[in-house]
Amino acid sequence: MSETPPPAAARRSGAARRVLRNPLGLGSALVLAVIVAAVLLAPVLSPQDPDLASLRDSFGGPGPGHPLGLDSAGRDIASRLLYGGRATLGGAVLAVLVALAAGVPAGLLAGYRGGRVDAAANWVVNLVMALPAMVVLLACRAILGPTVWVLMVVLGLLVAPAFFRLVRGIVAGVRNELYVDAARVSGLSGTRIVARHVLVVVRGPIIIQTALVAGIAIGLQAGLEFLGIGSGSAPTWGAMLNEAFKNIQRAPGMIVWPGLALGLTNASLVLLAAALRDALEDRGTPPARRRPRPPKAAPPPGGEPGRAGLLSVRGLTVAYALADGRSKQVVHGVDLDVRAGEIVGLVGESGSGKTQTAFSILGILPEGGHVGAGSVTVEGLEIVGLPERAHRALRGNAVAYIPQEPMSNLDPSFTVGAQLMEPMRHRLGISRAEARRRALDLLRMVEITEPERVFGSYPHEISGGMAQRVLIAGAMSCDPGLLIADEPTTALDVMVQAEVLGLLRRLQRERGLGVLLVTHDLGVVADVCDRVAVMHDGRIVETDTAEQVLSDPRDPYTRRLLGAVLDHAPARAPWQPAAEETV
Amino acid sequence: MTKDDDLLVIEDLRVSFPGKGWRAAPNEVLKGVSLNVRRGETLGLVGGSGSGKTTIGRAVLGLVPVGSGGITFAGERIERATGRRRRLLSRDIQVVFQDPYTSLNPSLTIGDTLSEPLRAQGQGRAGARRRVGDLLERVGLPADAASRLPREFSGGQRQRVAIARALAIGPKLIVCDEPVSALDLTTRKTVLDLFLEIQERTGVSYLFVSHDLAVIRYISHRVAVIHHGEIVETGEAAEVTTRPRHPYTRNLLLSAPVADVAGQRARREAFERAYAGPNTSAER
Repeated sequence: MSETPPPAAARRSGAARRVLRNPLGLGSALVLAVIVAAVLLAPVLSPQDPDLASLRDSFGGPGPGHPLGLDSAGRDIASRLLYGGRATLGGAVLAVLVALAAGVPAGLLAGYRGGRVDAAANWVVNLVMALPAMVVLLACRAILGPTVWVLMVVLGLLVAPAFFRLVRGIVAGVRNELYVDAARVSGLSGTRIVARHVLVVVRGPIIIQTALVAGIAIGLQAGLEFLGIGSGSAPTWGAMLNEAFKNIQRAPGMIVWPGLALGLTNASLVLLAAALRDALEDRGTPPARRRPRPPKAAPPPGGEPGRAGLLSVRGLTVAYALADGRSKQVVHGVDLDVRAGEIVGLVGESGSGKTQTAFSILGILPEGGHVGAGSVTVEGLEIVGLPERAHRALRGNAVAYIPQEPMSNLDPSFTVGAQLMEPMRHRLGISRAEARRRALDLLRMVEITEPERVFGSYPHEISGGMAQRVLIAGAMSCDPGLLIADEPTTALDVMVQAEVLGLLRRLQRERGLGVLLVTHDLGVVADVCDRVAVMHDGRIVETDTAEQVLSDPRDPYTRRLLGAVLDHAPARAPWQPAAEETV
Repeated sequence: MTKDDDLLVIEDLRVSFPGKGWRAAPNEVLKGVSLNVRRGETLGLVGGSGSGKTTIGRAVLGLVPVGSGGITFAGERIERATGRRRRLLSRDIQVVFQDPYTSLNPSLTIGDTLSEPLRAQGQGRAGARRRVGDLLERVGLPADAASRLPREFSGGQRQRVAIARALAIGPKLIVCDEPVSALDLTTRKTVLDLFLEIQERTGVSYLFVSHDLAVIRYISHRVAVIHHGEIVETGEAAEVTTRPRHPYTRNLLLSAPVADVAGQRARREAFERAYAGPNTSAER
């Protein structure tokens, strides 16, 4: 947000620049450019006519006028290599163009239309993919005659499915994007939507795929020539390989040059594709792996006054490593306490750092994030700088977590019961039957009326509210003292939200649970929280009882937040016909 | 209410989606919905997830096929409009979607996104550019926003862009599908105020879909409550949100928490009285 990204035009040309800044991309692009230029300039560069034979000099070594020597018929190898590239590379270009022309429009159509068009296109493509390329090419050669160009067109059609599948897959995903719906509502025709919104998305992957397919086409073409099924008379790299292979006993060195040309071209195409992928898909160099050492733990908190026994956070900072090696602080010194039997709301808008604070207590900050300074104690144990293994044990026993999206936190391929039993059996080492009994108890505890049915259900068979109850049951399975809930009801309907909040309230009362409830909803705060900490821009701006903060906020930001609440705004007045219409 | 005032009339609208799996029974999402929106009016459509509220909006926009029933816009039946007719209708019916992050094409500049509907309606390049400047000003965005990409903007700013796009060709009706649900509290109010101001200035009608009664109450003249694909209650905003008649509306109202400890305690108690016992909610 603080950075100002470059405008679109600069960004687009930036992709090319990023490829060239990558040593791999620059190297392969240079090699490829040299090869292509040399082949294009063959008439200028080659020492003599590639077909000029002088049997007297056959197998002659390198010498003046023949930098690479002469082949079995006494033809100049350098000239043949340069001219041969024309057929080889030209053939590959033709094959790629045919594949693009056949595969991309078909993929766009099938992906965008879906339904029957898609099914029919897929059927054809699967058929083509089932054909063995070499056999088809051999058959074609037998029927159509030995022209390399015709064979390349056939090869293009055979590799077209590679483009079709790629494009179709991406387009089918994009078709459901809201911006495509919005374009449809804007009155754009189908072709225009595809041209403006869809092609942009598939452009990058197509460029990458083109480089790869070109490599494959060169390989297959050389293979055909090597088998002697090519055009015969004209020089190609494959045919040169064939000839060199026939004479490998007499002149083993001859195989080097066409082999090198093919190898270099193919290798640089593959490497260029990799560099293009990195550049176009915006995969910059990952931030430095090395994490800054966490600060030394603060002195044991036992004697420190004013720190809560269950969870106490002092001076916590969280920073993220940026791509350029610097780091950006997102939480600047947070103090927070949760006592047993108390629900504390951590309130803030997006980007306030509330989730980062919760994640650093759990020790689950995403890649690149780290605690910069400060102290976090859970039941008196300092957890900043704790090794991962100890942290995991803590998460299993003392601290539990309820996420925002209940569904994405259940594994769709296991039943609810299995997912509840597995961690209990693992952690407590109890038998299957015992785990089952406990799991059913837990489901009953979270007020699920038919625990047996839910126990045997898969996640897709239960509702979102039910899934959140199951996750709460799972969180309770290890009997934690502290529960960290990250927007636990944001994804739920209001009625289900009211029930889940009631459940949280009950658990807190009955079990003396301490809860840190991360939320953006002041109504939720009023409903269940005893105390509130209001976060803004990585700092806690106000912390007090919920009653105090909601009825008499001191901080200007809290006041602004409460001012935006619509609860007591008057309902809109009834509609009146517009004045000019009544006249 | 005179017939002339009606801009949009929906009668006995039914929409089904194909069932999952082979020969599965189709899933009826809308079971005979009737409602109307007058010129310059906001009709708030409120309901829980899966109630079919979004589907009504999408049916009006022609984004889902209509099973049976009628949609009449400005006196013309449009439920079967396709192709050319639908493209012409886009002059009059526009949309603002919920998610400001996916409703803007990430690779098009704001200016390109906004001029798209203008160009589709046959406006010239220069005219479109001038209009984009006006639109940005009207939704409170800086003029240089036109040359920037969506990712440079916050959620609230993106939603302003989406509103500007909907306004571009001066529509008569805007379908607003949860347009403030993804926004932060403070942003939400300013965006709602923008909606109100635009309506006052242009006389556009809104079909405003939301799950949040407080938002609906603030923006709507009238409110329709939808539950399991049926409208259970319709009435003036103040009436429905203070003296709901249908039990579903009552529960909806009682379960929405208010940001006031004493008020919420009273509401919570009333909710638990009205709604005692676990798992009696809509979920199965």
